[in-house]
Amino acid sequence: MSTPREPTGHELERMSRSELVELGGSLDGVQVVSDEPAHGSDTPDRERRSRRLVTLLLVLSLLCAAGFVWAYLFWPTGYVPPGAPGHTAYLLYTPLIGLTFFGAVGALGVALVVYVRRFYPDEVAVQHLERGPSPEKDRFTAAATFAEAGAHTGFGRRTMIRRLGLTGFGVIGIMGGLVAVGGLVRNPWRQGTDAALWTTGWKPTGDEPVFLRVAAGDPREIVKVRPEDLEPASILTVVPFRESERDDVEKNHDAEMAPDNPVVLIRLPAGTHVTNPPGREDLHHGDYYAFSKVCTHLGCPAALYDTQLQVILCPCHQSEFRITEGARPVFGPAARPLPQLPITVDADGYFVARSDFLDPVGPSFWEMRRGSR
Amino acid sequence: MGLVARALTRGAADAVDRRYSVASAARRQASHVFPKHHSFFWGEIALYSFVVLVLSGTYLALYFVPDTTEVVYTGPYAPLQGLFVSRAYDSALSLSFEVRAGLFVRQLHHWAALLFVAAMILHMARNFFTGAFRRPRELTWLGGVALLAIGIFEGYLGYSMLDDLLSGLGVRIFSGLLLSVPVVGTWLHWLVFGGEFFGDIWISRFFIAHVLVLPGLLVALIAVHVGLVWYQKHTQFPGPGAREDTVVGERALPGFASRTVANGVCVLAVLGLLAGVFQINPVFLWGPYTPTQVSTYIQPDFYAGFLIGGLRLWPRWEFHLGDHTVAAPFWVGLVLPLLMFALLALYPWLERLRTGDHAPHQVLQRPRDDATRTGIGAMGLVFWGILFASGATDVLASTFDVPFEYLVWAGRIGLLVLPPLAFVVVRGVCRGLQRSDRDALEHGVHTGVLQEGPDGVYVELRRPPGGADRAGRPVPLRYGGSRIDRRPDTGADQTEEQR
Repeated sequence: MSTPREPTGHELERMSRSELVELGGSLDGVQVVSDEPAHGSDTPDRERRSRRLVTLLLVLSLLCAAGFVWAYLFWPTGYVPPGAPGHTAYLLYTPLIGLTFFGAVGALGVALVVYVRRFYPDEVAVQHLERGPSPEKDRFTAAATFAEAGAHTGFGRRTMIRRLGLTGFGVIGIMGGLVAVGGLVRNPWRQGTDAALWTTGWKPTGDEPVFLRVAAGDPREIVKVRPEDLEPASILTVVPFRESERDDVEKNHDAEMAPDNPVVLIRLPAGTHVTNPPGREDLHHGDYYAFSKVCTHLGCPAALYDTQLQVILCPCHQSEFRITEGARPVFGPAARPLPQLPITVDADGYFVARSDFLDPVGPSFWEMRRGSR
Repeated sequence: MGLVARALTRGAADAVDRRYSVASAARRQASHVFPKHHSFFWGEIALYSFVVLVLSGTYLALYFVPDTTEVVYTGPYAPLQGLFVSRAYDSALSLSFEVRAGLFVRQLHHWAALLFVAAMILHMARNFFTGAFRRPRELTWLGGVALLAIGIFEGYLGYSMLDDLLSGLGVRIFSGLLLSVPVVGTWLHWLVFGGEFFGDIWISRFFIAHVLVLPGLLVALIAVHVGLVWYQKHTQFPGPGAREDTVVGERALPGFASRTVANGVCVLAVLGLLAGVFQINPVFLWGPYTPTQVSTYIQPDFYAGFLIGGLRLWPRWEFHLGDHTVAAPFWVGLVLPLLMFALLALYPWLERLRTGDHAPHQVLQRPRDDATRTGIGAMGLVFWGILFASGATDVLASTFDVPFEYLVWAGRIGLLVLPPLAFVVVRGVCRGLQRSDRDALEHGVHTGVLQEGPDGVYVELRRPPGGADRAGRPVPLRYGGSRIDRRPDTGADQTEEQR
């Protein structure tokens, strides 16, 4: 580790490279135990073969790189639908640049690996580790330096000032946190009984009826639902609709995009035995039942309808709700029934909602129980 | 090197050293010894994936519009024309269909994210099972656990921002989990989403977290993590000369540097192949997010699989405190992952409580040599694996034609029974391997050669790995922690054991 004597500049100039490396190693605690010549170059024949392999890989890499640049610049990239001429060429674009990229970069990487393995000396070096705590001398002097710095500040003696100062820094930190988070805080319950978590788009405004509209994915397409539109044992996703908003594309789009609006309207097969929960006996219309499509577990659309068992399944975490028992959860992680939407049929034979849901829609939360009617 | 190049190099080096006097530091770093082992590459692969993520992510950010405002899609992709989509989703489509190599870079970014997390998990397993986290490297381990947790959340934010039908469900689940937090859940949700799910600000917030806040944290943690590994020197497996106060390997220049650069180039090449040939997250097939629709086989990226598995297995244990509700998914969606990561983070200290080992360690252990630790690791992996598999109950149910209810029950029971079983079995296997090692050292390696004794009994010849003394008695060897040479025909002088 330690050198007996500092070599003079004159001596350093006369030392060979390997002597200098050894000297450097001794300064750093590193000793090269063995550096056998690499096996890929120990005979002229092997040297030639290794050289050929690396050259081949590098040439392959360059060829692929040229292919990549060519494909990137000149291959048609615009989207072409299936069936139209040029669709295959379009489909090949990304794989083509992927493959040429792989060839160019991969061959270069492999060339480097092969080169290092075949030509670099097989080196074993040992480095001595300086472990554990610093030498006593450093520890004592460092501790003394810090202690003196502390004494010079005098904070230790002037306790009042120290406490006030620290409190000041703490308060600045709290101020920063306050400004950072304060603006983000919103009161979920500001609207009281009209708070977002208590209401949905089905809540009637004035006397205007709220119709059940097919969720078609297109706000310009208004299809209201009548009982005869559904076969027995079938299901339809509906969203709220008001005649006053018939031409308001934005409103009708928002009605489909509001996450607590989707409702599944189900027509049970005639004669299905149904046990409605107490207080929820008259929400349905004949064999027609409307439930929130928002899973009460974590809010995914509960959309898969098992016509045999009369069960609705949520595809996210596989909660099952039995329709014939007020959409009670019968399997999986959901704990609450899907809220039921009270429906009836108006004079023209269209389904309308009689009121908003009687229970909060979607995942459970702390204040949940205050929301049931 | 040409004369001119040599003169220039010398001139530049001289100029730098005259100003910053770095010769001794440069020499010391160049001869830094790094141990060689193939399993040390996992961390490097994670690092190079991260580099690819930063570069490809910067490119993607030039095109991505983090905006929930809805527009009508008018781009070239016919199946979605005329649909209302968010500007975020619209920009992802335009990047995929209208930008040269845009789809390639998007897929490169996604594959790199998967490799980043996968390599971190393997790297962490290697460090765990060889005891690399022991003193003095507890902080390095802690940083690694933080990197994994942040990496997973970063990946989740990344694929969520695209606002497609699949990732939208993930956002909805996140929203539901925020709501489930007792006491402050609804306030927390309003704080993050600015209102009821999904609002019009969430993509901007996810975006800034995904491209600035979390990557900044990742860069800082990676710098500290890699800096500590370099400063404290890398751990090494037992072998000739490898002691607690030495590092045996090759110097940083040229060997280690060349190998690690080659590794990085190969990582980039493989990611490029995946990005070009293997489709990933085709958001144009999923369609834009709308709360009225859903697809089947809801599968997140693999690193989120254990979370969804937990949510599927946890029973509907919702309970009430007076007028208040504690929602069931809170326990498994938030508490369980926090608990898992807390145990992982605290493991070095928990193990110290068990073993009372406070000594610093430079030499790694073979997994068999700490049977209890390896058993605990197996227990953790099995627990994670069951959660992961349960995240795919729907896919497994339809693939193997089993009712998914059976799979959920199998997962619930398996989660309680299999991890302890894995612990007992793996610990037993490790102890058996330890005995076999000791047996080979004491009685010699099995040669498969039978010899007839003077009394007519055949016995197998055993080769003592330490050779025999003059009287023909085997020289006993102490177990040094490395693999025992079990080749029957090797001379004793070639074993790697230390006397």
